[in-house]
Amino acid sequence: MTSITGVGVSAGRVIGPVMQMPPAVAEPAADSRIPDAATAEAETERIKAAAKAVQALLKARAETAHGDAAEVLKATALMAADPMLIKSAAKLLAAGRSAERAVWDAGGQVADQLKALGGYMAERAADVLDVRARIVAELRGDPAPGIPDSAGPIILAAEDLAPADTATLDPDRVIALVTAGGGPQSHTAIIARALGLPAVVAATGATELEEGLEVYVDGAAGLVITDPGEAERTAAADYAARATLPPFDGSGTTADGHRVPLLANVGGGEEAAVAAAAGAEGVGLLRTEFCFLNRSEEPTIPEQVAAYKAVFEAFPGKKVVVRTLDAGADKPLPFLTDATEPNPALGVRGYRTDWTTPGVLERQLQAIAQAAAESTAVVWVMAPMIATAEEAGHFAGLCSAAGLDTSGVMVEVPSAALTAGSILKRVEFASLGTNDLTQYTMAADRQLGPLAALNDPWQPAVLRLVQATVDGARLGGTGQAPKPVGVCGESAADPALGVVLVGLGVSTLSMTARALPGVAAVLRSVTLDQARDLAGLALSADTAAEARAAVRSKLPVLDTLGL
Amino acid sequence: MPERTATIASRVGLHARPAAIFAEAAGEQPVEVTIALAGAPEDEAMDASSILSLMSLGAEFGTQVVLRAEGTGADEALDTLVKVLETDHDAE
Repeated sequence: MTSITGVGVSAGRVIGPVMQMPPAVAEPAADSRIPDAATAEAETERIKAAAKAVQALLKARAETAHGDAAEVLKATALMAADPMLIKSAAKLLAAGRSAERAVWDAGGQVADQLKALGGYMAERAADVLDVRARIVAELRGDPAPGIPDSAGPIILAAEDLAPADTATLDPDRVIALVTAGGGPQSHTAIIARALGLPAVVAATGATELEEGLEVYVDGAAGLVITDPGEAERTAAADYAARATLPPFDGSGTTADGHRVPLLANVGGGEEAAVAAAAGAEGVGLLRTEFCFLNRSEEPTIPEQVAAYKAVFEAFPGKKVVVRTLDAGADKPLPFLTDATEPNPALGVRGYRTDWTTPGVLERQLQAIAQAAAESTAVVWVMAPMIATAEEAGHFAGLCSAAGLDTSGVMVEVPSAALTAGSILKRVEFASLGTNDLTQYTMAADRQLGPLAALNDPWQPAVLRLVQATVDGARLGGTGQAPKPVGVCGESAADPALGVVLVGLGVSTLSMTARALPGVAAVLRSVTLDQARDLAGLALSADTAAEARAAVRSKLPVLDTLGL
Repeated sequence: MPERTATIASRVGLHARPAAIFAEAAGEQPVEVTIALAGAPEDEAMDASSILSLMSLGAEFGTQVVLRAEGTGADEALDTLVKVLETDHDAE
């Protein structure tokens, strides 16, 4: 029995056989030529056969998939044997390129054309690149890229998962994720939480686990154990027999009735409708940039109004917190960001794009105000990446000029947490973006696997900055009630950390809709005083691991519910 | 050459599911069928069974397109495909 320790990012305890994700298909050499013994005609037939084989496999998968995933797979299957793709590959073959390289280039050209069309077409470019990789693997006789097929349940081990892998990730078949790379905010972690799958990331050695080997995964403790013993079997059986989580009833509260509205993070109208159906009491974070990713030009005001209204209409009479465009770093918008910055996480991003591209923010505020006027949602607006009180004041001015009364800021830069008192004299509320706050506090890029342990919102330094922000909100509201401070980072979706945040004085928690039942159930198991005690326990811990362990040990409900 | 003009009835346009349904139907015909935007020159017409070509055509809801085919069974093939285009596949 050996164990690997990583970072637990999604709770749950299971046992199952390991399946390794095949490595990505390597690009064929640019100068690879058609072999002397082969003819272009024969190679064209080989490409056709490979394309048909890929198409048949994708079709078979589409038949076992459901809903949207099935539709995506059906369309992808058609792309695999698309006559246009094969014709252009045949032309390249005739010019002397190898079959693998011809498919690679032909697929690349089509993907570029689709990208240039923008919007929905640009999103399909990724499907074409997936098809291209599959045909090249087939031509080489290599295993197909992507999540492997399996008869029974498996534990998927990989270097890291890409967004494109999600469409084929079937939670009935894949029962846990273990990756060598990634961190608490990496794509793998976000997918795992969205699907409710136990997951351990930054587990060095995950890609060396033997195929078919039985392992135990504890997604809360961040443990992977090979050849599990009695203790692990009992733990997995207890998890399998866990009490089912009641659906969220639409009212977040502690055991003694202290109200903590539980809100949802959404990226557009569709997600807002899902969140409303899941009982969310409003939207704590509308990521407006998600309405306009892949856009090379600024969206027009009518387009923006339509996108925002779709969200407002899902929450009539309820609070919707709109974050203005947060472009930069991992979410570039060509009309706002400069892709050549040497250090984009510390560059012109978030609110700062207003300095280099003035006008976009004012037009966006105008669109938000118009959409708000045409619906009954209670609309609040906040700016991302605020670092100083002057910035907060300037933003508040822009909001009132647009007719938006409730302006606030994201607190994700440590300076904003430390000067929250001054900032909250100028705006009405703050929302802690704990993902970025952690990355900036710990000076650790959230995309980097080796830094995953630093990128943990349980870090005592991060919790102290949360406390500083809440304290500042009391100062900012001199003479009256403190101004509201919410949390809209991934940390709000961790039920144990949610309790700590409430104990620290946070007034609302906003999360992915999927996390609402768990957070609500755990919050309801403690009184406000108990939450304060747990917050004290976390704050006085020396390390993130100690803080998490100390708090979790006082919340037996986590085990009962398998969280 | 036999040809037909049809109006796209799917509200998302000739993308996604409607495009997949149409490309598949076109591939099942005994003759090669081409598609072009109404008014576009005939030599710009594209293979109707290519989903990638359909997607790059950019035909939205209400757009008129011209289908062309030649040979035995061309008329029947065109009639079948016009019906596919003039059905709103999102409503199903």
